[in-house]
Amino acid sequence: MKVLLVDDSATMRRIQKTQLNGLGISDVVEAGDGSEALTKLPESMPVDIIMLDWNMPVMDGFTFLKKVREDATYKSVKIIMCTSESEKSRVVEALKAGANNYLVKPFTPEALKEKLGI
Amino acid sequence: MDVSYINPFIIATQACFTTMMSTDVHPGAPSLKSHPYPSYDISSVIGLSGDAQGSISLSFPKEDAENFVKLMLGNPPELNEEELADGIGEIVNIIAGNAKQHLTNFNLSISLPNVIIGKKHTLAGQSGSPTIVVPFSGDHGKFAMEVSLKTR
Repeated sequence: MKVLLVDDSATMRRIQKTQLNGLGISDVVEAGDGSEALTKLPESMPVDIIMLDWNMPVMDGFTFLKKVREDATYKSVKIIMCTSESEKSRVVEALKAGANNYLVKPFTPEALKEKLGI
Repeated sequence: MDVSYINPFIIATQACFTTMMSTDVHPGAPSLKSHPYPSYDISSVIGLSGDAQGSISLSFPKEDAENFVKLMLGNPPELNEEELADGIGEIVNIIAGNAKQHLTNFNLSISLPNVIIGKKHTLAGQSGSPTIVVPFSGDHGKFAMEVSLKTR
């Protein structure tokens, strides 16, 4: 399984990468914002899952999500929002825009495992 | 003065430290911020906007900030200043985002975190709005949370 990890916080990327490694997923590509992720996604394919933060500089996660869902090339890529944005309205907004799942930070490795479906 | 809006921030702070650092932090009595302002070594501030405006900050002594960020990262032997700032910023980001779910009547948006590093700096309160200070302490250190929210 290959994961594209998109978060502006290097600390969060490090924590989430460690969690993924602990779940046996070592093929992880990192991006610091939506714009960088848009560049890295095509060159990293096949990507199975994108773990996506919401609030980021340059391009936020919601904008990135909409752009990816406009492109049929990435139809099979699952997107999990991994964000501190915890309101129901935000969750609904993300799911409507094409996110497959939603994880509110902070989350445990067990919660991540469940959302990854492994 | 209705300061009930402070409670979601306290709950979110405790949950953040328990889940991300496997450590408990305990809130002391909230107080209204007044002169002379307490001084800190590292602070992270997030702006709140929407039907209420304000900010939330967490301020730490440097050694305690390092302890907490090291706990988040699985206790690496060293931390550089960039890692420290990023870690402290993310803690406040998570707390602000989580507190929002209990403050839906304010329709809040949160800014990206700003981190201030400087020995014995102070944070001035927002003019025209009271700032509530909540001290926290735990086995790995102490810090202060400051919340200011000006409602319409």
